[in-house]
Amino acid sequence: MEGEQKMSVMTLVQAINNALDIKLAEDKTVVVYGEDAGVEGGVFRVTEGLQQKHGVERVFDSPLAESAIVGTAIGMALSGLRPVVELQFDGFTYPGFNQIVSHVARMNNRSRGLFKAPLVIRFPYGGGINALEHHSESPEALYAHIPGLKVVIPSTPHDAKGLMIAAIESDDPIIFMEPKRIYRAIKQEVNDGKFTIPIGKAKVLTEGTDVTVVAFGAMIRECQKALVMAKEAGISVELIDLRTIYPIDKETIVNSVKKTGKIVIVAEAPTSFSVGAELMAIVNEEAFLHLEAPPKRVMGFDTIVPLAKGEHFYMITPDRIFYEIERTVNF
Amino acid sequence: MIFNDFDPKEDKTFRLIDNEGVVLNQALMPDLDDETVIKAYKAMLFARVADEMAVSFQRQGRMYTYPPNMGQEAISVAAGAIMRTDDWLVPVFRELGAWLAKGVTLKEIFLYYMGNEEGSNYKNAHHMLPWSIPIASQLLHAVGIGYTIKYLKKDEVAFAYVGDGGTSEGDFSEALNFAGVWQVPVVFTIQNNQYAISVPVRSQTKSINLAIKAYGFGIPGIKVDGNDFFAMYVAYKEAFDYARAGNGPVLIEALTYRKGAHTTSDDPTKYRNKTEEEEWAKADPLIRMKKYMDQKGIWKENEEKLIEAYKLEVDKQFEEAENFTPYQLDDVFQHMYVEMPDDLKRQKTEYEQFLTWKENRK
Repeated sequence: MEGEQKMSVMTLVQAINNALDIKLAEDKTVVVYGEDAGVEGGVFRVTEGLQQKHGVERVFDSPLAESAIVGTAIGMALSGLRPVVELQFDGFTYPGFNQIVSHVARMNNRSRGLFKAPLVIRFPYGGGINALEHHSESPEALYAHIPGLKVVIPSTPHDAKGLMIAAIESDDPIIFMEPKRIYRAIKQEVNDGKFTIPIGKAKVLTEGTDVTVVAFGAMIRECQKALVMAKEAGISVELIDLRTIYPIDKETIVNSVKKTGKIVIVAEAPTSFSVGAELMAIVNEEAFLHLEAPPKRVMGFDTIVPLAKGEHFYMITPDRIFYEIERTVNF
Repeated sequence: MIFNDFDPKEDKTFRLIDNEGVVLNQALMPDLDDETVIKAYKAMLFARVADEMAVSFQRQGRMYTYPPNMGQEAISVAAGAIMRTDDWLVPVFRELGAWLAKGVTLKEIFLYYMGNEEGSNYKNAHHMLPWSIPIASQLLHAVGIGYTIKYLKKDEVAFAYVGDGGTSEGDFSEALNFAGVWQVPVVFTIQNNQYAISVPVRSQTKSINLAIKAYGFGIPGIKVDGNDFFAMYVAYKEAFDYARAGNGPVLIEALTYRKGAHTTSDDPTKYRNKTEEEEWAKADPLIRMKKYMDQKGIWKENEEKLIEAYKLEVDKQFEEAENFTPYQLDDVFQHMYVEMPDDLKRQKTEYEQFLTWKENRK
């Protein structure tokens, strides 16, 4: 649903800020908090200016405790508010993991629908920024594996805004992972008004016939660079942005693979037991007779993300994506 | 015991010299010879110089994100003066004085902040853990070490650090509780530098101070002026002796101020003002100690020359870190497990094949 048509150039940070601003303004039950999320506006400035605009009762700094941030958000969510909480980094979500797994994901089912948990847990994730330990992780598979959670990852400012508004309006709990590497790297014209993008729907970014490439988050940009190389090599690639990790959009992926017969999956998380593994299972289950080459994952090693000096070995680059695309197509 | 005399319930602060370096309580001053005092000052000065240079190396793009220590030197230098070689240091990342006393080299520290994990392989620092980023999680490790010390009847103490923000984490309370129940030899220090990134301590807790939290766990606690080397020295002396003698854990809140940013990625002007910074600057631990030494007439060094010499030493170690063996693909894999699983070997081989392809394509 599209609102007024005025457009502004936004980064991903600005687009999420704008989504929060719109929801704070129109829905008094929305509250935003987390470590440094109030006065400072977050370490990445995603919530910048929101406290000044909407007041300290609605946008605030919490004490430093991730389990408490998630746990209190549950209490708020089941008693009438719609909290959007920030966990500062991917690697700092784990103290909150117990609350997420044991309560956020289960409240609806345990109470047979009596209590819902309409909350959004948002955090920056991913590598490629030369960060310290625990600041470069991609834990989407951990959260997608938990029944009861929906996991959303945007790759553009436009999608980030539409998905964030949809996330806040969802009555299910949403894990909203923000690709920090492209927080400011991508600028895009974004509609100033309110609009939503449905959770659970992937998007075909480029249509093609030789191979399907599935990616999400910061890896979309790397894939687009690889697509330029593929085009030069005469390979027609269909690029799909997953946008929602769970519920995963099987239909879009399976239809594409039925057409191309080949799939390359790109993500920065460790390869084993990953979203890549799930996608391979899906195409094997649903498009087995259409496959013309083994499904391929171009993903992180099963290691800790190395610090800056070694990170270039770990991070997925366009040439590595192209290398696997070419091998898959030539199988 | 000063822990009894300075009751955090009454919000008392243990302090021995004022901002002018004047002794406030001669009876409680530690019995230190001039040489020891000078050595401590030099350790603080060296840490300050190293820290300032680290920030400038980061600004020059020769290192990545770095968390400065400046303003907090008295705390960890005092711990370094008290600890024994076998005592266990469980650090966060603002205890440079104790790190250096333990035998960590600046080269290792710089190497880490250049983005090489090898910088956490402290070859000369006996009984010291790598620093811990997940807030307060390390305190529990100190309690486990304390259990080992007690179980193996070792003559050792574990000393662990956390910041003011860390006291809000569940792990903080769980660590103090376990330590109290097990009566293990652990000295906990809260470096209360007033801010957890941007959040002031008054937004972190309604407690009148942080030392008082010890009461809830049945262990002794004290609030100390953390910018007063002598007060920190006396507090640590009592705390280490108490823990070493088998009396159980203690909690020290060291009141201080983070003069710099949280890290080089942070901009403190967003959340604190000049007036406050200037007020705390008067309590700078180095200035206070220097004034004390001047009054006693024991400081005879040419400080400018000393700083020049320190800078040369820091530069030398920085260059050694910059010239460290280049990072290899092996370094990504080799320490994940004691023995590398076949699947990891395969991932490495596949990557090498890609590199060969890439090379041939040029």
